[in-house]
Amino acid sequence: MLKQKTTEQIKAATRKTESGSHAFYNNPKYRAAIYQALLIFGLAYFFFTIISNTFDNLEAAGIKSGFGFLSNAAGYDVLMSLIDFSSTDTYLRVFIVGFLNTILVSILGIFFATVLGFIFGVMYFSTNWIVKKISVIYVETFRNIPLLLQILFWYSAVLATLPGPRDSLSLGEAVFLNVRGLFIPKLVGEGGSILVYLALAAAIVGIFVLRSWAKKRQDATGQQFPVFNTSVAMVIGLPFLAALVTGFPFVIDYPALQGFGFRGGITVIPELMALTIALSVYTGAFIAEAVRAGIQAVPHGQTEAARSIGLREGKIMSLIIVPQAMRVIVPLLNSEYQSLVKNSTLAAAIAYPDLFNVFVGTALNQTGQAIETIFMAIVVYFAVNMFISFIMNRFNSNVELVGR
Amino acid sequence: MIKLSSLIVGGLAAGLTLGAQAGTLDDVKKRGTLSCGVSTGLAGFSQKDEKGKWSGLDVDVCRAVAAAVLGDANKVQYKPLTAKERFTALQSGEIDVLSRNTTWTHTRDTSLGLNFAGVVYYDGTGFMVSKKLGVKSAKELDGANACIQAGTSTELAISDYFRENKIKYKPVTFDTSDQTRAGFESGRCDFLTSDQSQLYALRIGLKDPKGAIVLPEVISKEPLGPVVRQGDDQWFNIVKWSLSAMIEGEEQGVTSSNVADKLANGKPGNKRLLGGEGELGKNLGLNPDWAYQVIKQVGNYSESFERNVGSGSPLKISRGLNALWKDGGILYSPAMR
Ligand SMILES: N[C@@H](CCC(=O)N[C@@H](CS)C(=O)NCC(=O)O)C(=O)O
Repeated sequence: MLKQKTTEQIKAATRKTESGSHAFYNNPKYRAAIYQALLIFGLAYFFFTIISNTFDNLEAAGIKSGFGFLSNAAGYDVLMSLIDFSSTDTYLRVFIVGFLNTILVSILGIFFATVLGFIFGVMYFSTNWIVKKISVIYVETFRNIPLLLQILFWYSAVLATLPGPRDSLSLGEAVFLNVRGLFIPKLVGEGGSILVYLALAAAIVGIFVLRSWAKKRQDATGQQFPVFNTSVAMVIGLPFLAALVTGFPFVIDYPALQGFGFRGGITVIPELMALTIALSVYTGAFIAEAVRAGIQAVPHGQTEAARSIGLREGKIMSLIIVPQAMRVIVPLLNSEYQSLVKNSTLAAAIAYPDLFNVFVGTALNQTGQAIETIFMAIVVYFAVNMFISFIMNRFNSNVELVGR
Repeated sequence: MIKLSSLIVGGLAAGLTLGAQAGTLDDVKKRGTLSCGVSTGLAGFSQKDEKGKWSGLDVDVCRAVAAAVLGDANKVQYKPLTAKERFTALQSGEIDVLSRNTTWTHTRDTSLGLNFAGVVYYDGTGFMVSKKLGVKSAKELDGANACIQAGTSTELAISDYFRENKIKYKPVTFDTSDQTRAGFESGRCDFLTSDQSQLYALRIGLKDPKGAIVLPEVISKEPLGPVVRQGDDQWFNIVKWSLSAMIEGEEQGVTSSNVADKLANGKPGNKRLLGGEGELGKNLGLNPDWAYQVIKQVGNYSESFERNVGSGSPLKISRGLNALWKDGGILYSPAMR
């Protein structure tokens, strides 16, 4: 009885407050919306003030502003460019040249850092004492020396001490290494070479088809297929066959000493080499740590279980441990890759013409338009890192534990 | 709440204004030192010795301004800057004057919000090559690699020259002059290019200075001078006339050793320059003895030139274009009256 009364009282009280809260501003939903609108308005006002204030100040100080300079001729040359570039081209093209050079060194760095990282990360688990020690020393050394010092080391202490063009180190008179860089022969395709490229493409597509076929077959029948060996045979065999049929439609362009240095072939400038080596070795040490952590995160029971069903040690690593370790490794890789891209801006220390060097450095200085050039660079590095994040997140959802 | 936020926003925005527009003179006087942007180290122009003492022709301009404004040429705080950093440092108010072998160009003068206050040294882009190369003229440099400093007018001059002569080169651009020189020494480049005066300065820093030669070609005009922010005319005048006082001193034969005598017993022109007559100092907002202090403590142009880059220095550069107009050069001070 007493209880019932209390409940009714509560109900009444609730009704009372409800009637009191009819005003829309007391409705939590509206209230949140209003606060959000206010916040957005406040932020918009904040940025508007900053931006218009900046432009007023620039104008008052007599400093040019705006993006018009992008269509002006740059008037200076760039050491290395993946697309055609001359000093009569525009600042916009300088921007693209620098961007491509940044992407080039980032891709090379990410590739070699990953290879080094996985090799040294797995080596840590070797039962051989020396192999394990090498892994530890590698990680501890290269992770703890500042990257800038490593870049300068490779550039000034190693590559700069190589002999001059006339005394180049050479490999079979085809590959040359000197203080100006690495010179390697270039394969130049003629008429029928397109067939060879097509054969290579077909081989790569074939590998994927083969892989899924072999997996299906193994799932169904339990029989294994030597996928790896067949793949290698296809990648080498198919283009070779095509080349044979078309009568080797290639000429090799060898680098040759001429005038002040080497001409012909492909030139890898020492600035690119030093930066790639330093970025790979440095980031590789961090990736090795990530790989080690990932493998250690897999419970030992997994290894024992794998052994008990008779898997060989190598297979245990590649089929049981690494796939599970990837769940830990991939998110760490994501941040290492992003750091590598950002660290590549240290290029300016050794004259590698990356985006930061040719655009934020020289273009900013020649035009004086600091805000515009830095803004563009920020957008680029942001976008590249968002892209890496996107790819790695996709990859991550592939290796993630599938919930049942 | 709106009020509060707009207050915050307004405060922040005010904090984001660029360096002060006017009143550099007051700032310097209040601070008691002049903040002067110089190079990171270039023999003859701006260089620091083991004791941390700066010297050079560019440094003497800083010292002259400090002597004129503060009465003491030593009250200068030097900020070493690379070519890339220099203009931002001046625009942002980090330095009061930039005296760092900087070429007076139309673009810099008109679009960076800066003003050039005169010319200290008339220069031009030149080439330095290793003797071993056997090159006698820059036209033979087709296909060569060039060591250059990034963010300089040299980058533009060299590009024009090779294009005009229809020959090719590869620029290896470094941030500092030390790196540029190291690149040349290691053989990364066939030649080093910069303002010719700087080539002589860099050459004496080489391990084997005799192994390198400076080619005869001079391919551009590079008038080097001090720079100030636009919009502070009084400060602009002070820097301009401090430099002119050194040049006028040479024209009138006033030196650091005879300056007291010239003030007491000199011609009317001497007395006007040195503050014995007229109101030149007052018009600049300075003491009457402003130019007296400049010449007494720093010396006239000729003294500074010979001490830093001329016969009294390892560089041994001859006056050439930098002689007075009376002596076959183009150095000329506006009338000191
Ligand atoms: N006059 C040129 C400056 C040239 C320049 O910066 N030259 C180098 C010579 S390699 C230099 O003085 N470097 C000294 C430093 O970086 O501190 C310009 O104004 O752009």
